[in-house]
Amino acid sequence: MLKDIEHPLQKYIRPGTNYTTCPGCGNGILAQSTLRAIKNLELDFDNIVFVSGIGCAGWIPSPSFNTDVLHVTHGRAIAYATGVKLTNPKLKVVVFSGDGDLSAIGGNHFIHAARRNIDLTVICVNNRIYGMTSGQAAPTTPKNSKTTTTPYGNMENTFDLSDLAKSAGATFVARWTTYHARQLTKSIAKAIDKKGFSFIEAISQCPVHYGKVIGMRNDAPSMMKEFKSKSIHINKIDSLSNESSDDKIIVGELVNENEKAELTDLMQSLRTEVGTDG
Amino acid sequence: MKNNKTDFIQGNIACVEGAIVAGCKFFAGYPITPASEIAEHMSERMFQVNGTFIQTEDELSSIAAVVGSSWAGAKAMTATSGPGISLMQENIGLAIATETPLVIVDVQRGGPSTGSPSISLQGDTIQVKYGSQGEYQVISIAPSSPQEMFDYTIWAFNIAEKFRTPVFVMADVMVGHMREQVEYPEDYNELEIFDRKILDDPDSTEGRFLSTEVAPMPIFGNGFKANVTGSTHDEFGWRNVSDPKVMDNFIKKLTNKILNNKSEIIRTEKEYMEDAEVVLLSYGSVSRAALETVHTAREKEIKVGSYRLVTVWPFPEKEISKMSENVEKIIVLENNLGQIYPYVRSAVDGKAEVELLSPSVLGEFFEPNYILNKIKEAK
Ligand SMILES: Cc1ncc(C[n+]2csc(CCOP(=O)(O)OP(=O)(O)O)c2C)c(N)n1
Ligand code: SF4
Ligand SMILES: [Mg+2]
Repeated sequence: MLKDIEHPLQKYIRPGTNYTTCPGCGNGILAQSTLRAIKNLELDFDNIVFVSGIGCAGWIPSPSFNTDVLHVTHGRAIAYATGVKLTNPKLKVVVFSGDGDLSAIGGNHFIHAARRNIDLTVICVNNRIYGMTSGQAAPTTPKNSKTTTTPYGNMENTFDLSDLAKSAGATFVARWTTYHARQLTKSIAKAIDKKGFSFIEAISQCPVHYGKVIGMRNDAPSMMKEFKSKSIHINKIDSLSNESSDDKIIVGELVNENEKAELTDLMQSLRTEVGTDG
Repeated sequence: MKNNKTDFIQGNIACVEGAIVAGCKFFAGYPITPASEIAEHMSERMFQVNGTFIQTEDELSSIAAVVGSSWAGAKAMTATSGPGISLMQENIGLAIATETPLVIVDVQRGGPSTGSPSISLQGDTIQVKYGSQGEYQVISIAPSSPQEMFDYTIWAFNIAEKFRTPVFVMADVMVGHMREQVEYPEDYNELEIFDRKILDDPDSTEGRFLSTEVAPMPIFGNGFKANVTGSTHDEFGWRNVSDPKVMDNFIKKLTNKILNNKSEIIRTEKEYMEDAEVVLLSYGSVSRAALETVHTAREKEIKVGSYRLVTVWPFPEKEISKMSENVEKIIVLENNLGQIYPYVRSAVDGKAEVELLSPSVLGEFFEPNYILNKIKEAK
């Protein structure tokens, strides 16, 4: 009997794939939230292209999502996605990136895509560590954290990825944690639906390689409970003193702007204006 | 399309016009001397022909966007110089691994490093062949005039599309910045323009990668559910990084796709080779000096011939080996310190004497007299 019941998202999964994440990894929540968002939007899956780089987060769409997937080099997913989108603006193009992929090696592409306001949806799985390569420090690793490359504690300052996207010009920015699966689903749907550069930052757990350095080895539930207790909604932020907000994760929809022109639209108008021998 | 029959233009501009004739609809690039005119002219022309131009944040993004564009179905190209090629290398590897048709124009300048932006050097001959990690084959074409920048850019697109692979157009400062008369085709409809084979049916059980006969491309947005990865994969794109047999198949199919089709790809040009005792073997802008020297030598009744590699990679070792059976000496002319010279020696394998001749000052145009004196010394 039970085997006759199909998971509501099964139709989006490429036959023959099985997920390869560690137990308790946040990537499964991101995969589900994204597919639920697409299901809720009733989008034609064949009309969506997923592009991802190298890192555990890159394996969320590739090869498992049963549509066009392009799995590229470390850090460059946004640059590849830019070529796909500019060439066929009718396609919805969604990028999955790890925090290292997006903000270390690929940081330049990230800020420039936001600046251009090209219609891409970028979902960053921010586990604040290099998961795939087993736990080195990332630009998102909290200060003083011990990692495999900061055995004395991380001396460097931490990037706020959502702030970065916002100042670079993104027209939709939302941050949630994997504890907020429902909110994530809603924001991902808005991001995909929105014409312009949309950025979703999902604070996520890597129970294996980050858990081990913060005393929560393989303990996803504790990591997620911590996300819950540290999260504060953007609308409630004014009531906090600066001091206490440092340790907080500000969640919610941080930017939702409608005025800015989008790049593929601008290019289409230009073609109409200057086109000669088509 | 150009309506006038001729133009007196720079090689770089001719390259753009050739690309448009070939059907190029996407250009991504980053400014660099001596290639910037290509990006500048493209920024004006692409939108006129219903195409796309983007100036990216760096060359890594240029080549990445070009690969993305090609997968979305466009004929796409980028143009740069040696420093840009260096930055592109990892993503060129991905283009090769994923069998993405595209054209890369390298207007070479002096190196290493920042080098000399406006001095010509054939410095990237080997870096385009082997600059990215792993084992692979590339196709490269070396034009020697603005006319050839036009003609060979069209041809580069044709073979890129046909063999589903990146093709390099290896210009240099001399060819890119030189102005000469360029003749446009009499009848554009008579030009041979090749378009890639696209998978025709989403349910097709035909392989999508790794065929030496060139698999049909499952371009995006057609319901093909393309599974594209730079990781080692099989005929359907399924990643497998643990089985050496899968890797063996991956590498050999990719390389044999080029090597088995060498006869269709390779082009050489021969002048006065019938009775030549000494051969000037050259490619790219240097071939102009080689030809000039041969003409002067023939006036003096010295039996010199010119053997020009129009395509440098894949390397024509069989052709060179055969040619060497009938000559005494081969002088390899390169505006570098001998990048194809070892390949020529290995192809000749003792059947004739092989000598390298670089210009007396690297980057200066080869003086025909200088070459002629070397020939006389040899005789
Ligand atoms: C050019 C290059 N440098 C380094 C690597 C090795 N590498 C693979 S994944 C990765 C970091 C991944 O971290 P992140 O982007 O945060 O993704 P996560 O695994 O945490 O999801 C690194 C450094 C690589 N694949 N390519
Ligand atoms: S290493 Fe960390 S991020 Fe990667 S799959 Fe395992 S738990 Fe997830
Ligand atoms: Mg990470």
